[in-house]
Amino acid sequence: MDLDPVLLARLQFAFTITFHIIFPSFTIGLSAYIATVGVLWLRTGEERYERLMRFWTKIFAVSFAMGVVSGLVLSYQFGTNWSRFSVVTGNVIGPAIGYEVLTAFFLEATFLGVLLFGFGRVPPWLSVLAAAVIAAGTAMSAFWIISANSWMHTPTGHEVRDGIAYPVDWLAIIFNPSFPYRLAHMVTAAYLTTAFVVLAVGARYLLAGKHEEHGRTMVLMAVGMIAVLAPLQLFFGDQHGLNTLQHQPIKVAAMEAHWDGSKPGDFHIFAWPDEKNEVNRFEISIPRGASLILTHDPNGLFPGLKSVPASERPPVKPVFFAFRIMLAIGFTMIGVGIVGLFLWWRGTLFTARWFLWPASQAWWIGFVAVICGWIVTETGRQPWIAYGILRTADAISPISASSVAVTLALFVLVYGIVFAMGIYYINRLIAKGPQGSLIEAPHGLSLGSPLSSASDATREATSG
Amino acid sequence: MEWYLPVIWAALIGVAVALYVILDGFDLGVGILFPFAKEERERDQMVDSIAPFWDGNETWLVLGGGGLLVAFPRAYAVIMPAFYLPVIAMLLALVFRGVAFEFRTVANTSKKYWNVAFAGGSIVAALSQGLILGGLIQGIKVENGAFAGGAFDFATPFALLCALGVTAGYALLGATWLVMKTEGPVADRARGHAKLLLLAVLGFMGIVSLWTPFAFPRIAERWFSTPNIFFLWPVPFVTALVALLGWRWLETGRDIAPFLSAIVLFMLGYLGLAISTFPYLVPPSLTVWQTAAAPASQVFMLIGTVALLPIILGYVVFVYWLFRGKVREGEGYH
Repeated sequence: MDLDPVLLARLQFAFTITFHIIFPSFTIGLSAYIATVGVLWLRTGEERYERLMRFWTKIFAVSFAMGVVSGLVLSYQFGTNWSRFSVVTGNVIGPAIGYEVLTAFFLEATFLGVLLFGFGRVPPWLSVLAAAVIAAGTAMSAFWIISANSWMHTPTGHEVRDGIAYPVDWLAIIFNPSFPYRLAHMVTAAYLTTAFVVLAVGARYLLAGKHEEHGRTMVLMAVGMIAVLAPLQLFFGDQHGLNTLQHQPIKVAAMEAHWDGSKPGDFHIFAWPDEKNEVNRFEISIPRGASLILTHDPNGLFPGLKSVPASERPPVKPVFFAFRIMLAIGFTMIGVGIVGLFLWWRGTLFTARWFLWPASQAWWIGFVAVICGWIVTETGRQPWIAYGILRTADAISPISASSVAVTLALFVLVYGIVFAMGIYYINRLIAKGPQGSLIEAPHGLSLGSPLSSASDATREATSG
Repeated sequence: MEWYLPVIWAALIGVAVALYVILDGFDLGVGILFPFAKEERERDQMVDSIAPFWDGNETWLVLGGGGLLVAFPRAYAVIMPAFYLPVIAMLLALVFRGVAFEFRTVANTSKKYWNVAFAGGSIVAALSQGLILGGLIQGIKVENGAFAGGAFDFATPFALLCALGVTAGYALLGATWLVMKTEGPVADRARGHAKLLLLAVLGFMGIVSLWTPFAFPRIAERWFSTPNIFFLWPVPFVTALVALLGWRWLETGRDIAPFLSAIVLFMLGYLGLAISTFPYLVPPSLTVWQTAAAPASQVFMLIGTVALLPIILGYVVFVYWLFRGKVREGEGYH
């Protein structure tokens, strides 16, 4: 059997980037959360905020390390696996990657040392500042990477000469049409993902009856965040979808498994897209639902998959199903926000076990939604790697299939071990909880600073 | 402009790679020396001496790779596929080693495995980088601007020699770093290792310096033709002098000077390689001009780099200053 290097390289990249995106979607939100509790600590001098900051910093360190090393891999895979892509688009999206390293990566990596090892060595305000700098750095990373990625979907500001893309207008390249929507959607997703992890940990403590003060703080902060962001995310997602319809209509047709563009589209709650016969099987649909969502008119028309030859269509099943999973999780999140707010208003948020138990189990739903979202947008772009400029099949490096196969196996093995152990250690840190000395004091300093000394230090730091 | 821009960029990437080699070199070196530690407390001390810095150090590798993509996409697109296996081996080794930093601080019974992962990852990463270096010096087969060789073209005795040389060099940087940043048995042992490694590194540098002009006529011509030889003869001379000084400083119990001499030694070797290969980015066929990105891209990126690099260097220095001084045994940051 002949192995296809393109398929293997795609599998390898899909695997490494799926693994990678888990960590940024957590650390973007978590660094902001750590900075937030840090600011609360400085302002109120309350010990619970200091403990929460230290506790989440420890978890952040483990996740950030996995994010850094898996991100490093990606910056080299463009060359090892997709060298033709590098040549064709390097002039245009290379600088975005360069600016990401210069404006964000160094900031994060350098100040992480201050945040992790600075407690007791630097004044509290500097620890909090380091957390804020890291939070800003992760958001800046997202800005540049999403910009480069968005250009691959909606390229503008360039011209193609002899098959190579050259920059013409940098602002048009960076702020390409899908970029604002994708950025808002992704950053909100990252914050929601983190909120669900924080909620799950807080709920777990409340159910177990330990670290209750911290548990209440976490649950309340998370519910507040979810109640605001989950509905907002629905709006961002809808806008992003409309933008996609404008620029990549076939992706939307795959998302809705909409074959015939001459009729209004139904919204399929479930269906089995049959790509060979160009129909859906086992449909359960809301008639004209998709037309209503996408054109705001039940009789509105939008292009169907059959409007282009099969070779120009993305694989329908992964796009269709990933979109459905993402939607289901999105609506679940909105529900959690509403129910949580209601319980808080009734004063039973911290005791309602029927709410806390599922919440304590649902830490992963944000991650699944993020991965599904990326499957929708990236698979939906196929057969193009840079939409309309370069096909994925033409972007591959001159490498042998066996090299890709061997390294793919190694990636799966290594990432499998690292991921399993990472989850295990994070889980153990959570089980240990925010109480107790997580970070040993250097120079025999007491780091479990009582309330008074913390606020003294704060006053000293902020006045000095 | 068309002539200067690629040269400026080659210099900038050269600086990024040099900073990477020095900075990640010493923390990889500490990992390479890890198996020689006798007790867990000593290993903790070794890791603590580099823990606040390693993440920032490794970022220079991202800048090196990213910078190559931005400024010389055609070189990036040839070099990466040519060294497919060593590049991926290096990345996987860095993955293992990177997570080992965090995992070993939170692990209990499994800590010993992460010690192995930390040392093994450091060694494999150093060997892989040496293989890539050796492969680059000996040249890459290119047709129509694309890599045209096989998966194992890089694997030659010369590349293996470079791999061992780079590993010994990183270990030297690591040992002199430990002399500077630790005390007690770890520092004493590191001083002994540093002397052996200094000899080994000199040996490797000598063999590579003799081997390359004989094996590759273009390198012989670069060094031994007139008038080049009149300008270049001080390079090996200064190298020998610096090595001698480094040895003296190790003997006389100096703490900081040996690390500085190791850095200078590394930079001289680096300069020698740059002299041997410039202006080729992909020897023996593609120059910096042939592989350069569009001038508009290089200018756009240059503006940001010139503005941001000093700021980056500023806060990097700040963090090194913040965690200055020696790490004593049993006194970690964790």
